Amino acid sequence: MSEKIETKYTAKDFSSGIDVRWCPGCGDFSILAQVQRTFPQMINEEKEKIVFISGIGCSSRFPYYMNTYGFHTIHGRAAAIASGVKTANPDLSVWMATGDGDCLSIGGNHFVHLLRRNIDINVLLFNNRIYGLTKGQNSPTSEHGKITKSTPLGNVEFPVNPISMAIGVEGTFIARALDVDAKGMQSIITRAHEHKGTSFIEVLQNCVIFNDGAFDYWALKENRADRVIYIEHGKPMIFGKSQDKAIKLDGFKPVIIDLNDGKHSANDALIYDEKSKELAYIVSQFSDNPVMPLPLGIFVDIDYSTFEDDMAQQISDSIKKMGEGDVNALLRGNSFWEIH
Amino acid sequence: MTDKKTPVDSGKNKSDVVTLDEVTVRFAGDSGDGMQLTGAQFSDTLASYGNDLGTFPDYPAEIRAPAGSLYGVSGYTIHFSSHDIYTPGDMVDALVAMNPAALKVNLKDLKKNGVIIANSDSFDRKNLELAKYESNPLEDGSLSGYQIFSIPVTKSTLETLKDMNLPLKTAQKCKNFYALGVVYWLYNKSPENTIEWIKEKFKKKPEIIEANTRVLKAGFYFGETTELFATRYEVKPAHLPKGIYRNLSGNEAVAIGLVAASKKAGLDLFLGSYPITPASEILQALSGMRQFGVKTFQAEDEIAGITTAIGASFAGSLGVTSTSGPGMALKNEAIGLAVMAELPLVIVNVQRGGPSTGLPTKTEQADLFQAFYGRNGECPAPVLAACSPSDCFTMAVEAVRIAVKYMTPVILLTDGYIANGSEPWKVPTLEDLPEMKAIFRTEPEGFHPYIRDDKYVRPWVKPGTPGLEHRIGGLEKQHIYGNISYDPDNHEFMVKTRELKVSNIANDIPELEVHGDKDAKLLVLSWGSTFGTCASAVENLTAKGTKVAHAHLKYLNPMPNNTEQVLKKYDNVLIPEINLGQLAKIIRMNYLIKPIQMNKVKGLPFKAAEIEQKIEEILKGNN
Repeated sequence: MSEKIETKYTAKDFSSGIDVRWCPGCGDFSILAQVQRTFPQMINEEKEKIVFISGIGCSSRFPYYMNTYGFHTIHGRAAAIASGVKTANPDLSVWMATGDGDCLSIGGNHFVHLLRRNIDINVLLFNNRIYGLTKGQNSPTSEHGKITKSTPLGNVEFPVNPISMAIGVEGTFIARALDVDAKGMQSIITRAHEHKGTSFIEVLQNCVIFNDGAFDYWALKENRADRVIYIEHGKPMIFGKSQDKAIKLDGFKPVIIDLNDGKHSANDALIYDEKSKELAYIVSQFSDNPVMPLPLGIFVDIDYSTFEDDMAQQISDSIKKMGEGDVNALLRGNSFWEIH
Repeated sequence: MTDKKTPVDSGKNKSDVVTLDEVTVRFAGDSGDGMQLTGAQFSDTLASYGNDLGTFPDYPAEIRAPAGSLYGVSGYTIHFSSHDIYTPGDMVDALVAMNPAALKVNLKDLKKNGVIIANSDSFDRKNLELAKYESNPLEDGSLSGYQIFSIPVTKSTLETLKDMNLPLKTAQKCKNFYALGVVYWLYNKSPENTIEWIKEKFKKKPEIIEANTRVLKAGFYFGETTELFATRYEVKPAHLPKGIYRNLSGNEAVAIGLVAASKKAGLDLFLGSYPITPASEILQALSGMRQFGVKTFQAEDEIAGITTAIGASFAGSLGVTSTSGPGMALKNEAIGLAVMAELPLVIVNVQRGGPSTGLPTKTEQADLFQAFYGRNGECPAPVLAACSPSDCFTMAVEAVRIAVKYMTPVILLTDGYIANGSEPWKVPTLEDLPEMKAIFRTEPEGFHPYIRDDKYVRPWVKPGTPGLEHRIGGLEKQHIYGNISYDPDNHEFMVKTRELKVSNIANDIPELEVHGDKDAKLLVLSWGSTFGTCASAVENLTAKGTKVAHAHLKYLNPMPNNTEQVLKKYDNVLIPEINLGQLAKIIRMNYLIKPIQMNKVKGLPFKAAEIEQKIEEILKGNN
């Protein structure tokens, strides 16, 4: 955030002041910092309207560190509890902190249905590809073959791709950020907040104890420019240290083109379109393809009506049609008689 | 509004009208024959005539079980009278059997010399074989102890509709109304109520209105013009207290009770629920009440049903979830969260036969232990149980009152028997209900999330209230401040405080009442839906001079303060339950008395006669 604007709150106003108990060096610190730095810019909200809901896991301690309303609930159910909060009171700004186990394994069902319903909740998925709080078992995003405490001979499951999954279940705002990329994460958080409907942000987050370096291949400064592509709506998909590589579609197949090979120019690069779920799906699959760069940024941002708005509409339509409900008439019902 | 109706007297019929004090009628047929609808129509009409009544729908889990099969029989029993009654009746006076299977399954419940109205068209070789009859019982003399009225219901229905050119299937579907018409005539009630209902129900299908109305009238006129029935029966209206009445089923009662209580509490009602037999009607009813501001959330599973409700309560609404036994099992972890977070929540468990999927459409009382002890940790929650269809209203209101006043999840137990059964209900107004206004904390001065009042209750704060931002959760909380605490002394203190908060509710519920003989040495103690049969049994026996008394528990946890004192006055306490003795075990454990158990686990309610017999055995010392 380069421009300095007058804000009602500072980052400090969002800190609850209790000791943060994540392991030193944990990627979660960065997520907390970016949230606390971004929130003062989101001046359209009173602080008391912000609610953080979490499930269980390292990530789910998040609400305790935010000086907002917060509810640290039970494993996997944050999406459902947040859905109840937002549906009951649509005036609240509801945020959910969750991890790869909490969101995609035990809470997979609720996650799917949250996105499908498009309830205006902002989901921060802390994806470290391991179970941290239970000390190092494989998670639904752990790589095939990975050795963990519960897969000593190697993981025989294939990981889920959270972005592809979110597209498949009709998510309306889908993005990926990297814990060490503060600015990228801040701009995504801002956009997620602006989006009406469920916003899903996958943050690739390093677990220093049980999966250290899981994202180094992309995240280290010296690797990032050549191995990461920042996708942006309406912009050509160009990447590389000297912006010399681009993505082109060969039918449905994405290929990397060399902009210095004399045959291609920037005009050949695919223009990203966050309104196209089809394109988003193709690009989301890069992360499962070792030759393609890892996409970061906003994959999808489309408008559907939200669950809570449709519900409110039904209520106001019903009142318009039938009048405000009369409880005594409800108790009598349509077929009653009187004994004199 | 309709006034009480007068009996039909067209002046044309030549039959004698015999006045009876009470009658029990059962409609039985294939699960696709419309027996539930027919029974519901008959009971609505009786109610509008001012009879007291009790109904018992009994149907298979299959929506359309194979036609003609014994296990596919669906029945609807209506007990109606000119005095107060509590049950759908033990034995049936008249059985409408739409096919041989319906006759076979239900004959054991028919009184000696009872009436059988049989659809003779369906007693063909195929259906007789399916019902395992070797010969046609309508013709072979095996039913000589009964009054058989063999009527070609299907043929008459088709004949009535032959000029309408309806598809055969559509025309055949009307045959239940023919049977209903005959029954209306037999019991001297006008079919007008049902004709009105047909007009409303099928208002977009004039052909169906015409067909059903014609067939219903044809059945009624059949009774009038043939001389088949020598006698008609008349049950005079019951002498019920003055007031406005309606017919009400248990599931409807829960739904409107929740709406009424939420208004009384000044809260928006939020229901998170997943469809499950026999509780789905609660979700369905509330889904159509948007004009009351009711928000319903058909969740992806049972867990989301309760957790969305917890979220709604956290946000300042009245969160409710409804389910049956298997769904309750899935909700228990989340109930623990509501106990820890100390948020108001109502959990309605319409019990059914278990374990596992068990008997989805049959009744049982076997979830009492689950309600008491189904959760991890020391996890107290108030448990209430409704005793009749209309009592589901009263107890739903009580569940809300206690949940809001004490910031606690409350479990309300009903069961398939009273959820589907119905009875006339004297309609209260909103003003008649207890005060239960919810109070939200808005004052930041001195606020802490786990500060408690003199009833050990913590404050409820709506997110959005400035200056009161705080965090709660499922981890153990520090007394007063609500921060996470692993301190051993704090944990023990909090465990005891949560227990104390719930047990203290005993001071805020009615005392246990005893009915029956004052000098009785034997007390019948019931809970839940066995109330009606136990009350009838004790009333029947005391009328004959038997010394027996009856008490009924509607508040199971905590129990009324005088429970021990009441129980210890008797030499013997008999506890009839539709389980293997769950209340009996709790009573023994809590009060060190040894109750006499009476258990039946057949997916069916007790009969009053069974309880009377048991009481007499005990009093004779034959126990």
